[in-house]
Amino acid sequence: MKVHEAEPATRPKRKRKIEEPIEHPLESWLRMDRIPHIWCSTCGIGTAVTCFIEAVKKTGIAREDICVVSGIGCSGRIAGYIKMDSFHTTHGRAVPFAVGLKLGNPRLKVVVFSGDGDLTAIGGNHFIHNARRNMDITVLCINNFIYAMTGGQLAPTTPPTAVATTAPYGNYENPFNLPALAASCGAVYVARWTALHVRRLTTSIAEALQKKGFSFVEIICPCTTLYARKNKLGTGLDLMRFYHDNAEICHGIDPREVDIQFQSKIKVGKFVDIEKRSYLDGYNEYMMKRLGDKFKPYGVENGKK
Amino acid sequence: MQADPSGVLTGAHYLDGDKACAEGAIAAGCRFVAGYPITPSTEVAERIAERFPFIGGFFIQMEDEIASMAAILGAAWTGVKSMTVTSGPGFSLMMENIGLGVMLETPCVIVNVQRGGPSTGLPTLPGQADIMQARWGSHGDYEIIAVCPNSPQECFDLTIKAFNLSEKYRVPVFVMMDECVGHMTEKVVIPAAKEIEIEPRRYTDKKPGEYKPFEYGEDLIPPMAKAGDGHAFHVTGLTHDEKGYPVMDWVTQEKCVHRLIEKIERHTDKIILTEEENMKGAEVIVLSYGITSRVALRAIQLAEEKKINHIGRLRLQTIWPFPEKRIQELAGKVRAFVVPEMNYGQIVREVERCAAGKCRVILVPHGGGTVHKPEKILQGIEEAYQ
Repeated sequence: MKVHEAEPATRPKRKRKIEEPIEHPLESWLRMDRIPHIWCSTCGIGTAVTCFIEAVKKTGIAREDICVVSGIGCSGRIAGYIKMDSFHTTHGRAVPFAVGLKLGNPRLKVVVFSGDGDLTAIGGNHFIHNARRNMDITVLCINNFIYAMTGGQLAPTTPPTAVATTAPYGNYENPFNLPALAASCGAVYVARWTALHVRRLTTSIAEALQKKGFSFVEIICPCTTLYARKNKLGTGLDLMRFYHDNAEICHGIDPREVDIQFQSKIKVGKFVDIEKRSYLDGYNEYMMKRLGDKFKPYGVENGKK
Repeated sequence: MQADPSGVLTGAHYLDGDKACAEGAIAAGCRFVAGYPITPSTEVAERIAERFPFIGGFFIQMEDEIASMAAILGAAWTGVKSMTVTSGPGFSLMMENIGLGVMLETPCVIVNVQRGGPSTGLPTLPGQADIMQARWGSHGDYEIIAVCPNSPQECFDLTIKAFNLSEKYRVPVFVMMDECVGHMTEKVVIPAAKEIEIEPRRYTDKKPGEYKPFEYGEDLIPPMAKAGDGHAFHVTGLTHDEKGYPVMDWVTQEKCVHRLIEKIERHTDKIILTEEENMKGAEVIVLSYGITSRVALRAIQLAEEKKINHIGRLRLQTIWPFPEKRIQELAGKVRAFVVPEMNYGQIVREVERCAAGKCRVILVPHGGGTVHKPEKILQGIEEAYQ
């Protein structure tokens, strides 16, 4: 797979003087008064945030209609940097908080930005149940295979034999295959990309945002400070090279076949994109049939200003 | 503001406390409930699930109590009045997100129909042993409001009160019922909607870009914004400044946490509700709350039959904040407080603290599973006169 050429050896000459303030193209989408952010250099989360914002622009969804909810951990901090209504909640509970926002005001497009540990260890129950419900939310999961904020502990996604501080001799547990988990529980949109696949990731996030029901995108991200260092995988650039050489695009493949082993090939692509009655549509349709005219349908009207 | 008449079942009803609580929530304007089945509180959720489809409310049975508590916080931030309902074990599970509710200053109501504990304890039988958990259950320092009804009528009235207090002070409010009150059926009168006073949410009048989620005025309570109104606001469970941004230092911690406490403490006189009877010339005061107050009433009658007079009766309708000033005042005037409670001594510690040795404080404990025998409370009263 060929994504981009390596950076040229000599950079083009700087055209502006260094004193001139240079506006970042996403400045209006970020809380600039909170920059610099806390993420390490070469972390993939910033890339995921960029792709998310680009995806929002692409869909044309009004910014004030989007809520970003996150839990705890490195990815939990995303909510604090994106200039939209954003909620930094408790560990693992971003999904049910998001459910409350969506049901409180169905007009809102509610997005959960979460790490692999936050979403599928402590928050696993909420993840599977809302996939089952086909709840109208989008879940974006940064998977860096480790608990990074707390210093590199074992995650439910840590590949077998990979080292973590709480698995000093390597992981002997079976990890989650997140796309398979989401798909088997009922998600209507499931995709996986790495932080290298910025265009494809942006497209997938845009599709996920426009999908009715439970949409899920896994984003494999480099964590140089902990995962790569503990496992002697080199620098951020080395990890990006690894993605470049080892990611295989397999659209439509059975998600059960996309599990990740230590330094194995990473199957990426859009695995699930199906139509199924979403939670709120299901509620309204069913209740209307069951209760007739007396039923007050629940929808965007409930979220009117 | 008056209640929205669409959900108010004006008239006289024969209801149990759980159903009355559900009707109180509806009358108060609650339109989002997330819950998880647990005895003896389930009837509240059942009633809500039955009623909501016709009045534009949304009930969802979540995957657990943790999710229920998180969901009502999310819904509250869209401007909807929200509630969850549980009992002992579920209450324990909710604690972390209750702390988030406190930190984000999110108005919401949590009903705890108390049963015997610890652990699974006595699912179908009463207890009053979550009183201190209501006060201190979530980690960190904060102030909380809790009401405690002793009849189905009060389950209705105090649930409305709980919603009003939560809106006014931007804090989660507990309705601390118990299995007896929850399952006891009595006459409940639901007034006309126009007679029900409702505290509306106080929204910011600032324009997008100017609004700071935790900028407060003299009353220490910041006005709110709704998700979706274009303010692009941020809130976090981390210690935060007025903008809602996390700031990890002791100065911000002091400012942030102290105000959470101060905003309640400064208004305790307006929050606290007690019912007093026969206080003039009282030598002994029976201080009680919830269902135990009704057993205490019988004990006082028995005492009077035995010619023991001058017994005052004080009932806490709000248990938190605790009526410190009033107890301190009374402690200088009476011989003793008799405190019956369905636990081995929780509120009694507050009474002892406020009495500060000025009078005796006699605990009449009871482990729960049933209410006290009136004779046991009578013994406490007799002891007070010795």
